[in-house]
Amino acid sequence: MLKLTVNGRSYAIDVEAEMPLLWVLRDHLNLLGTKYGCGISLCGACTVHLDGEAVRSCSLPVSAAVGKKIVTIEGLSKTSPHRIQEAWIEHEVPQCGYCQPGMIMSAAALLAKKPQPTDADIEDAMTNLCRCGTYARVKKAIHAAAAPSTTTARKS
Amino acid sequence: MMITVTRREFLKVSAAVGGGLAIEFCFPVISAAAGKDAAATEVNAWVVIHTDDRVVVRIARSEMGQGTYTALAQLVAEELDCDWAKVSAEFASPNEHIRRKRIWGSMSTGGSTGVRSSQDYVRKAGASARALLIEAAAMQWKVSAAECSVEKGVITHAATRRKLRYGQVAAAASKLPPPKEVMLRNPRDWKIAGKSMHRLDIPDKVRGKPVFGVDVALPGMLHAAIAQCPVFGGKVRSVDASRAGKMRGVKKIVQEDSFVAVIADSWWRATEALKKLNVEWDPGAYGKASNETVATLLRDGLDDQNLPKAYQQGDVNAALASVAKVIEADYHSPYLNHATMEPQTCTAWFKPDGFLEVWTSTQDGEASMKAAAETAGLPLEKVEVHKMMLGGGFGRRGGPQDFVRQGVTIAKAMPGVPVKMMWSRAEDMQHGYYRPASMVRMKAGLDTQGNLIALHSSVACPSILTVLMPQMLRNGIDFSAVRSLSDMPYTIPHQQVDYAMRNGHVPVGFWRAPGQQNAFYRECFIDELAAVAGKDPVEFRLAMLKPGDKNRMVLEAAAKAAGWGSSLPPGIHRGIALADGFGSYAAMVAEVTVNRQGELKVPRIVLAIDSGYVVNPDTCRAQAESNVVFGLGSMLYQENNVKEGRIVESNFHDFRLPSLSEMPIVEVVLASTGGFWGGHGEPGILPLAPAVCNAIFAATGKRIRSLPLKHHDLRRT
Repeated sequence: MLKLTVNGRSYAIDVEAEMPLLWVLRDHLNLLGTKYGCGISLCGACTVHLDGEAVRSCSLPVSAAVGKKIVTIEGLSKTSPHRIQEAWIEHEVPQCGYCQPGMIMSAAALLAKKPQPTDADIEDAMTNLCRCGTYARVKKAIHAAAAPSTTTARKS
Repeated sequence: MMITVTRREFLKVSAAVGGGLAIEFCFPVISAAAGKDAAATEVNAWVVIHTDDRVVVRIARSEMGQGTYTALAQLVAEELDCDWAKVSAEFASPNEHIRRKRIWGSMSTGGSTGVRSSQDYVRKAGASARALLIEAAAMQWKVSAAECSVEKGVITHAATRRKLRYGQVAAAASKLPPPKEVMLRNPRDWKIAGKSMHRLDIPDKVRGKPVFGVDVALPGMLHAAIAQCPVFGGKVRSVDASRAGKMRGVKKIVQEDSFVAVIADSWWRATEALKKLNVEWDPGAYGKASNETVATLLRDGLDDQNLPKAYQQGDVNAALASVAKVIEADYHSPYLNHATMEPQTCTAWFKPDGFLEVWTSTQDGEASMKAAAETAGLPLEKVEVHKMMLGGGFGRRGGPQDFVRQGVTIAKAMPGVPVKMMWSRAEDMQHGYYRPASMVRMKAGLDTQGNLIALHSSVACPSILTVLMPQMLRNGIDFSAVRSLSDMPYTIPHQQVDYAMRNGHVPVGFWRAPGQQNAFYRECFIDELAAVAGKDPVEFRLAMLKPGDKNRMVLEAAAKAAGWGSSLPPGIHRGIALADGFGSYAAMVAEVTVNRQGELKVPRIVLAIDSGYVVNPDTCRAQAESNVVFGLGSMLYQENNVKEGRIVESNFHDFRLPSLSEMPIVEVVLASTGGFWGGHGEPGILPLAPAVCNAIFAATGKRIRSLPLKHHDLRRT
């Protein structure tokens, strides 16, 4: 039995130690917000927080997550949407939306470290891939979430 | 296992997992309004109204990121005159669609047609429902419907100051005969359509709600991983499952003609077992196919002297023999995978009652249903397809439906148990329906004043229609292979387009803006001709565009917005391109820099697009951004090479997508002139590659005649 803490809840699960965290979350805990994209840590669709750090769960053996705080997109905010999710809605960031949970988790980890990131900080930290091309809006939404008071309504 | 999952049921199941802890999860969560309130009435096939006034709009087309789900709801809501804040949407059921004699029109979602080819009937559905609701209120009040007005779903009889809400009269309205004719609102008067309403699908998508095909979770569900013969057309020769069959969680090994699959209790376990399956493949007839055989096939096509003509005007040979100057160039581009972020997936469940349920990310729910029924050997009435949100489509999930056939075949091996099949990234990269590799030879004649008098193009390209829609072929011509050349807006007196259909063994399919490689060839070659003629690329094009042509208007709009002709800071260079397609007109100016090391940057893109009407301006801008990034990826990096009959690339390391740091500033001019309905999902990508390559020429003097750009050395020599 492996003991995991996910989104503040404790789980004991009987899986192989080498099973990637992604598949424990998706197929064993039914936390389906975290996505599979490439399986080799390239695209970031599987990004979750491990003790506050953004990690790619598709290549992380579940044994490496034991004893650490795992947060997924479902646990980013307990009640109302997180300010990042609000900014994402305001700036209409997602298109197909598949990579967006990973994007949002990466953005949340960035803002936790750098509350006022520059464009360069965002470009460095946000290595998640998006096939639809939401990048410009991701950048805008991160800036907006960093400084909620300056959020401007989008043009119509 | 006997739980019945029907379309609008909001199934809550408690799955015992991990150490006996119960986790509650919900499925399916497609629309927030669906199923929570039994007191809902279908006013007509498109409009469902709840007693608390919530309106659910049924959507027949698929949502893959392009925003059709919201735009169609806006069009219905506009004519319905309801409160947009109370509108949600849900996908129409393909099974119900068939039973009700295809009441929702087309479910196919491609060619940027989602809005433009259903706008008429969905608006009429909204208007018809509005008339019924008013009629029901008027009957209750015993007044004439003409004396009633509506605002935001509240019907008013002004003379008696009485009011009724839509939710109060929906049930009565649904029993009335629909009006024979309805008036549609003039787009000038739109209040909901034409505005940047927030997209209906985004709140769920930012919360990680399970909305995609891969997110299907059913009680007792198993997972399948698949390996297809790596050589197209090849087969399974033998399978040794002695090790894999004993691995933890493995339930079944499925061996079919061209693939093997492992069914297990998690996808990872299925994949691990698949790796341990000892499969011997019979490569079939194409085990020796390579890039070289593909190139030879295409080049031989160009050399064929007896090609069918896709277009002919004037006498191109006579004109080329007499012009002042003849310019000739060959261009080519590679096979390209769609690389949707969500791999192909299909969940199928042969239920004990003889019914087959399928959940999939599809661009055509009806095609999925047909594929599922055929594969299962069931009548359509015994099959339901649940249309899930697509993690990208770009043409991959429309015609072929290979993933549905596989998903159903695999589940058939486990009757009574739902099985979710998902492809790995490598399977997805190596088993696509690729954008065709193609080669074009163009020969142009300029007169003494540098005017383009004659243009002869020969296209060698595999035919997508032969694979997916053979009934659309005309005299050996596949229009998707010759478009942008056979239907040019330019007034060139002598033109001829020859088509060499050269079908290799690599499956081809519709890839975002099918035929778009021709826009690259044409617009780069036009740029070459302008340079030879010593003319400005914009002026050169304008001289060949008739007054009033919408192509001309978007070209001028893009040039103006980009400041074409004005001086640029040192090191920045511009290129321009023009292309129409998918109902719209698009022109683009790209700004680039190329440093001493030959490194390219694309800091700014200006797109002018005329789609006639615009239903959601912000979504149209998002589609422009999307087209730019999608186009940049294919232009800069992407190719699918063929070696020993198989696709070489396997993941995003060798099929690179642009990153956030490469995103240009995209400025969009919605130059809508009204009066027609054009698309937005694809037109914006047409001018991208040529605009950037023409800017590269301005920067370096080098002509880019093949893609991707990574094979070109841009260092100044």
